[in-house]
Order: sequence, then structure tokens, then C-alpha cells
Amino acid sequence: MYIPPSTAASPLVVWLNGQRLPREQLPFPDGEVAAAIQTGSLCEQPGLINTARGWRCVRCGNDDPYLFASFPCARCGSDCAYCRKCLVMGRISSCTRLVHAALPLPYGRYEAPLSWDGELSAAQAEAAQTVRQAVLDRRELIVWAVCGAGKTEILFPAIAAALEEGWRVGLATPRVDVVRELAPRFQRAFPRVPLAVWHGGSDERGQIAPLVLSTTHQLLRAYRAFDVMIVDEVDAFPYSVEPMLEYAVSQARKERSSLIYLTATPSRAWQRDIARGKRNAVVIPARYHGHPLPVPVFEWCGNWRKRLERGRLPENVFSWVLQRLEQGKQAFLFVPHIDELETVVRLLQRVDARIVGVHAEAPDRAEHVQAFRDGRVPLLVTTTILERGVTVPNIDVAVLGAEDRIFTESALVQIAGRVGRHAAFPGGDVRFFHHGKTSEMVRARRHILRMNEEAKKRGLLCS
Amino acid sequence: MNCLLCHSPYNPIASWRQLLLLEEPDVLCPRCRGTFAVIRGRLCEMCGRLLEEAAPSVCADCLRWQEDEQWGRALVKNRSVYLYNDWMKDVVALWKFRGDYVIVEAFRRPFVQAFRRHFGRDWCIVPIPLSPERLHERGFNQAEALARLLPSPYFPWLSRKHSEKQSKKSRRERLETDNPFFLADHPPLDGKRIVLIDDIYTTGITVRHAARILLEAGAAEVGALTLVRA
Ligand SMILES: [Zn+2]
Ligand SMILES: [Zn+2]
Ligand SMILES: [Zn+2]
Ligand SMILES: [Zn+2]
Repeated sequence: MYIPPSTAASPLVVWLNGQRLPREQLPFPDGEVAAAIQTGSLCEQPGLINTARGWRCVRCGNDDPYLFASFPCARCGSDCAYCRKCLVMGRISSCTRLVHAALPLPYGRYEAPLSWDGELSAAQAEAAQTVRQAVLDRRELIVWAVCGAGKTEILFPAIAAALEEGWRVGLATPRVDVVRELAPRFQRAFPRVPLAVWHGGSDERGQIAPLVLSTTHQLLRAYRAFDVMIVDEVDAFPYSVEPMLEYAVSQARKERSSLIYLTATPSRAWQRDIARGKRNAVVIPARYHGHPLPVPVFEWCGNWRKRLERGRLPENVFSWVLQRLEQGKQAFLFVPHIDELETVVRLLQRVDARIVGVHAEAPDRAEHVQAFRDGRVPLLVTTTILERGVTVPNIDVAVLGAEDRIFTESALVQIAGRVGRHAAFPGGDVRFFHHGKTSEMVRARRHILRMNEEAKKRGLLCS
Repeated sequence: MNCLLCHSPYNPIASWRQLLLLEEPDVLCPRCRGTFAVIRGRLCEMCGRLLEEAAPSVCADCLRWQEDEQWGRALVKNRSVYLYNDWMKDVVALWKFRGDYVIVEAFRRPFVQAFRRHFGRDWCIVPIPLSPERLHERGFNQAEALARLLPSPYFPWLSRKHSEKQSKKSRRERLETDNPFFLADHPPLDGKRIVLIDDIYTTGITVRHAARILLEAGAAEVGALTLVRA
């Protein structure tokens, strides 16, 4: 059942509800906008403000002097500074005015909105209860769940509770593919609740609904919109985006709201804070299927870069690949950079022409990944960018050059986390080929071992 | 230093020559710089497009223009700096449509060189204008941004009226009826050589429309310098 709220707001205020946008982006006559500002139902802010350090973008929080430039502006007739960081959302310059609704509109309540009949594992159920309580208490909470723990379902009881209160829930994640993948799952779990999906290619972006799934960039549209703010895969945000995400979240959530972070690999600073009790966290150390995480094996492979230059792969790496091809077992091979990816793919294609390489900027990325999922590609060579999101039931994983600084603890844990996701194939080989062990590699391995121990101690493993 | 386009750090001093001549360092990293395709080789005398070795000295496109009594001679020549590859399409989209004005700095050196080589100080620079509506929408005129890079002053002698997306008219009809340009304040143009500045040369209709207006007002000849030959 849905209980609607009572409101008598103007169409302009209803349209803008929960968003903050440049004034010229509003599809209403400017006179109407001016009148609404006059009566106080809309508020106006400058797009950029001048601080002691220089410019600061009010929409994205950027204050890096290198990410501002200026141009002879035809609108204001002067040399106008603009933010280069959030350009994809439309240029914010020093003559831009941002507008938002002064008060959030009340929202309707949903009775028993959740119609998901799956079952939570013991570890999931415990965490779900903690998340629900944090949402009701409007607190901050980190959900530290191993890869394959089934973290989406953990959110369902908490989201249901929020919708029963008539609250709005926003979930932000760094990548479009994750937004696309989550949307149908949420739709099925909450079939009567309108869901808006915000990403660069979606018409719904900016539309406020009781449930909103958004990419980081599109979250910049929201302002004081959410009673519950969930940030998924917080560790997956590229380093450069992090401060912007933090800012976007601070602007998008209401002053009184809960903030739930989901992560498989919290940063070292967060891990420390959690250990000291400075941050609230719930840890799910076991996968939903109750089998332990596959532990990475380190294997020295000499100066592999030099070998590549001579047109050869290290012996042991090559035979690892051959074994997989012979057994017909699919595998990922991670390499640090695009140049190396190209060389490795060329070498391996001599053995099996179906082998392909994929990197973040490859235009045919989606096709190749699909071909891998369909089993048409026996081995996919890739850079770290693919480390999340892609799950294939029965695979092995190797890293060539695990000592490269691109492979942080978090990246390596994520890479290892690709293996053994499916209950039918809970094991698999995780191999880090290296030319000198790094502390990041050691930390990653220790991280995984610790999670397995914790799971065992809490009786969450089935074997 | 960080690259203007990809923002990754790089070493801007590429050569001793650069260091000795105290040239401004490149604002792009070598990788981004190298992805632009400069037009180099045998060119169509008219439109400046790249030609095959064995081809005649004027391309098929321009031969067709030359058959046209009225419009064929409106433009003496066009010269462009870059080919319109996928990379250039992305960069132009970021610059012009997203409005990242400062990207124009990446074009400074090659654009100035092309101006010196193919035109020079005795040509008056006139950027192709935008309509007031379009100018307000974008906040700047990309052709004017290019003109500002050049070592001589530029002149806003042309204006443009707002026209909707190009209709399904034939080329002939578009030429005859759709000239969006008209003269703004200007000194006598008699005997002046004028180089029009624009971002992209595609069909050549835009620059010929503009050239026609200037020729009718007395200009001696009109050429065009464009960033990209599509
Ligand atoms: Zn910004
Ligand atoms: Zn301005
Ligand atoms: Zn670059
Ligand atoms: Zn030609």
C-alpha cells in the first residue's frame, strides 16, 4: 500500500525537488524562476566561490587550481573562470547561478515494500540487521564484506524500513555497469516503488524517486535529497575522483541522514579506524556459499618486462596459461599497463587466436567481456580496470607483474576475489607472478587469510 | 607538468633544441600530442585536403565547386591543420560542446605556423561568427578562440542570424537561400585580402557563404584557415 503525502508546491518546485542545477538548465521561463527565488521557494547560490586558496566549485567541490581555467565569456562579458572537473555535467563558471528548492517535499510511505523471497545466510542476516538499525538511527556505518558475500541483499531490509518511513534512498557507485546491473535487482525486490536510474546516458537522471541509483558524476545533481545514502564499492573510485565523491555525498544527503559505505577492501586508514573503534563497521568475512576465499600463491617470474621486449613470456607464466588452455578452464590474466597488454596479447594469440585483451579505454570492451562470459574466449588479458564487476562461475586468475605499484592491496584482493564466486565452483587458482615481492602483495594475502580465519572463528564456513 | 587533455604528469622538455630556443613547452603529453593527425604531404590546391600521390592537383569535391560559375570562385583556398580522426572528434566535442575553452591552447603552435605559412600579415583575420543565440548557449565562439591565437588582430566584420538544423534542401538551394551571414560594422573592404577562421571545413558551404558577403562588400579575395579538414 502507498500512502501519498499532501503538498501544494508549484510545478517548478516539484520539478527541481532534490536537485541543484545551473539556472539556465531549468526548463521554465526565467521570469518564473526569478519569482520563485523572490518568494523564497527556490534558493540561489553562485557556481564558483573565491576562497583564500583560489576558486572552489560549489557543485563538485573542486579547489585544485590546475582544474580551473578561464575564457572570454559571452554571457557576462568578462573573463570568466570555470571548473574543468565537472564539465561533463555542463560548465559551471563564475557567472553561473545554481538553484535548488528551499524545502524538501514530503514523500509518501510504502507499507511492506519488499517482495524478495531469497534467503540470507547467517552472516548476511546479522549484517542486514546492523545496517537496518544504522538507517533507522541515521548513523554512519561501513559494511566490510568480502568479494562474493552478497552485499546487495544485505541492504534490502534497511531500504524497506526506510521506505516504510517515507524516506528517500540514494545509492551511488563509481561505474555505469554496476548501476545497470543493480537496477533490475532493485526493481524486482521493490516492485511497487518507483526507481530512478541516473547515469550519463539515462533520461531519468536528476528525477527524484523514493529509490535512486546513480553514478558518482550524476550524484552531483542531487542536493539535500536523501535520508539514506549508500555508497557502493567505495574503494573502487579512482583516486582522483575520491574527494569529489565525498563532496557529492555530503551535498546529496540530507543533514539528518544515514550514510552506509559498502566495501570489500577498505583503505588502510579506514582499517585502522575500524580497529580502534573510531568508525562503526560490520564485517562479513565469509562468502554467501560458506566456502573460504581462495588464497593467492606468489611465484617469482624474473624480469618479465625485459622478456616481453624480446618477444617472450616468462616460462612459468607461459606454462600456467598453457595448462588452462589444455584443461579448457577459463582465466583472467592481469597486466599493469596497456602497452604490456598489447604485447602479451600478441604473444598469446600465437598459441590461441581466441585470446583477447581488454583495457578501460578499449571501445570494444563490452563485446569482449560478453564473449568471455559466453565462454567464447578462453583467456582474457586485462588491466586492473576490470577487476570488479565481472563475475564468471569457474575461472582462475593470474597477475603478471604483481609488484607494479598499480597493484595495491585493494586491487589485489579484488583480483583474487574474482575466483570461486559460484557455489558450484568455490575454489580456483590465484597466482601472483612477480619480479620481487611487495608489501602490498603481502598485505593482500594477509587480508584474505585474516578474513578466512575470522569466518572460521565465527562458524560461518560450511566445511 | 600535467597534460592539458589527459591530466597525467609528463616531462614537458622534449628536446635540447626546445631548451636552447626557449620555446614554450608543449601543454600536451607526447601521447596525446601524437594522437592528433597533422595534414602533411600533397594537398588539394583548393581545399587543402590530403591527396593521393597520383591524383590531379584539385580534389573531386573542389572540381565540382569550380564548375559553379557563381560560387566556385568565392574562396581562393582553404588550409587546415588536422585530419578529423576519432581523437580529434572527441577533443572538439570536449572543447566546443562541453565548453572546455582552454583546450584551444593545444592548437596554438600549429595553428600559428599554418597561418604564417599559408597566409600572413597582409591578410585580415575574420572569424566565422555564431548567432547570438548559439553564442549565449555556448558562452564562447570557437572560431574566435582560434583567431585569438594568431599574431595579428582579428575583425568582427560579420554577423550571423540564427538558423535551425540544416534542412533536406539540395546544396544548390542551401547556397542560394540559406546564407546566414550579413555584414556588421566594418571599414571599407575594398582591395582587402581576408582570411576566414573556423574550426572545421566540411562541405565548404559555410566559408563560401561568408566569403560571398565580404566579396560583395569589395574584398579582393577571401581564403579560409580551419583547424580541421573533415
Ligand atoms: Zn566543478
Ligand atoms: Zn561568464
Ligand atoms: Zn595527455
Ligand atoms: Zn579540394
